[in-house]
Amino acid sequence: MAVVEFETPRLKEYPVIPILQAGAMAHSQPFAAAAPIQKALGFPGELVEDWQEQAIAKMGELLGKYRSLKVYLDTCVHCGACSDKCHYFLGTGDPKNMPVARQDLMRKVYRRYFTFTGKYFPKLVGAEDLTREVLAEWYTYFNQCSECRRCSVFCPYGIDTAEITMAAREIMDSIGMGQKYSNEIIGKVHKIGNNLGLPGPALEDTLAGLEEDIKDATGADVKLPLDVQGAEVMLVTPSADFFSEPHVESLIGYAKVFHQAGISWTLSSHASEAGNFGLFIGNYEQMRSISMRVREAALELGVRRIAVGECGHAWRVAYSFWNTLIGPFDFLDQNYPVPQHICEVTYDLIRRGALTLDKAANDHRIVTFHDSCNVARGSSMGNMPRGQFIIPREIIRACVNNFHDMAPESIYESTFCCGGGGGLLTDDLIELRVKGALPRMEALKQVVDEHGVNFMATICAICKAQFGKVLPYYKFDMDMVGGVHQLVSSAIRLGAKQ
Amino acid sequence: MAFELNGNTYETDEEGYLVNLGDWSEDVAGFLAQQEKIDLTQNHWEVVNFLREYYNDYQIAPAVRVLTKAIGKKLGADKGNSKYLYELFPYGPAKQACKIAGLPKPTGCI
Repeated sequence: MAVVEFETPRLKEYPVIPILQAGAMAHSQPFAAAAPIQKALGFPGELVEDWQEQAIAKMGELLGKYRSLKVYLDTCVHCGACSDKCHYFLGTGDPKNMPVARQDLMRKVYRRYFTFTGKYFPKLVGAEDLTREVLAEWYTYFNQCSECRRCSVFCPYGIDTAEITMAAREIMDSIGMGQKYSNEIIGKVHKIGNNLGLPGPALEDTLAGLEEDIKDATGADVKLPLDVQGAEVMLVTPSADFFSEPHVESLIGYAKVFHQAGISWTLSSHASEAGNFGLFIGNYEQMRSISMRVREAALELGVRRIAVGECGHAWRVAYSFWNTLIGPFDFLDQNYPVPQHICEVTYDLIRRGALTLDKAANDHRIVTFHDSCNVARGSSMGNMPRGQFIIPREIIRACVNNFHDMAPESIYESTFCCGGGGGLLTDDLIELRVKGALPRMEALKQVVDEHGVNFMATICAICKAQFGKVLPYYKFDMDMVGGVHQLVSSAIRLGAKQ
Repeated sequence: MAFELNGNTYETDEEGYLVNLGDWSEDVAGFLAQQEKIDLTQNHWEVVNFLREYYNDYQIAPAVRVLTKAIGKKLGADKGNSKYLYELFPYGPAKQACKIAGLPKPTGCI
């Protein structure tokens, strides 16, 4: 890999607002998507000739379609409440990573072309033309937002900053300025079926190997079924669960839960991806066509329930958008949540006494929990207020003897992004990812120092991959991160209930 | 992007992965490894060769578990783990070893 020279931020004793460093991250840009990647998604292969005209037209289209976008661009009073809430600002000190400043990159253009004062008295209201320089800044800084929406929690007007970033990326895609990482992945979902590009036969081989591993480790015949007609539950999970460590440990955990509860279940080779990067690029059609695979697979297999594995943004899309994207789900069993998070499945079984969990099996671990942004701020669980915070923690507490939460301002709805969300989990942005992880690393260090925490559980494939990569930069062991169902997997007793 | 080796030109993507899988040879692997500051030993070759065989069968690099198991079977149980693979390929076996093996970079939440 090309060596990127940068300094890992120092972990301070307590979080402080950094001294401003104008332009500190002006050099940070992801690779541009090449023409074949762009064209596969129906976007222009390169910057179109009349890009300015088309970008403004697209902005007008989005403003007409999404009333919310117009409200967000109009209502900001620059109070500054969001300015120190972004992990990328806290980690880089670049003032353009203050959420308000990032939004203003679009707001100033909006004012110039869509408001009376901006059209006639631009200087009075800070309105600016969409120039090449402004467009370049869009590409730089709208690719330094992970759409985690922490700033929105603190905004007195409730401005959803992520929606502005999504609109900016949508506009850029439409004029041929796509980002390689996200758009290449979306292409793979359409062509091969998942973000990884894992073809059916490879998936089958991988699952068979995992069944062998579980048999060797436990003596139990735990299955990872694929494309089973008439199964009760279809599990849709991020393809990283098939491929990576520690992700695969959670996949084994889900399998053990279904096995022990006696629930017939299946994975699908057609819907072998829970992730939906259509959300990250703000493209409704992509979000819909990626989601549609799930509906098609569920109908084809004739399942009664759809469960979603440990993937943060997949759960946001499933919980908040599936109903209108790919509903109605009248063909599913209405006695269960539609869709159902794997944590809801497990929590329900624990409460009903259907699982035997031996906490001592996790006694080598002192555990904390990292709330993933899309779960925390874009969804819920268990049909109860704050269920998305309560249920994963209740599962952990049922599986381990040692659990300690991190500082209150860094968990629940105030959780910090891992630093790699929203389509930024790519090597070309490693500096941004390392620096953006700073607030989470500071909170982690506190519980490491105070309680000896050695395991940070999470329910998101991006968080797992991101932490696995950046933990060593902060002198932590990469194995410190893992899944909630990894803990379940260790604790669960297989075989006849005692 | 591209590099030259022994009078031939090889096309790569922005991150140095070969664009044409057919361009790969042991010499090319040696060059790519050098770029990554890795001296290829017999142990590296075991991994690289397995990746290529698996890719040939399945059009994707093996999952980390599949790889560790195969290496464990071949070289002994003490080497069948990710720690060993990270020692060989510090930037991560999936990405760095794939590059040297001339395979496309695995993508996604990994």
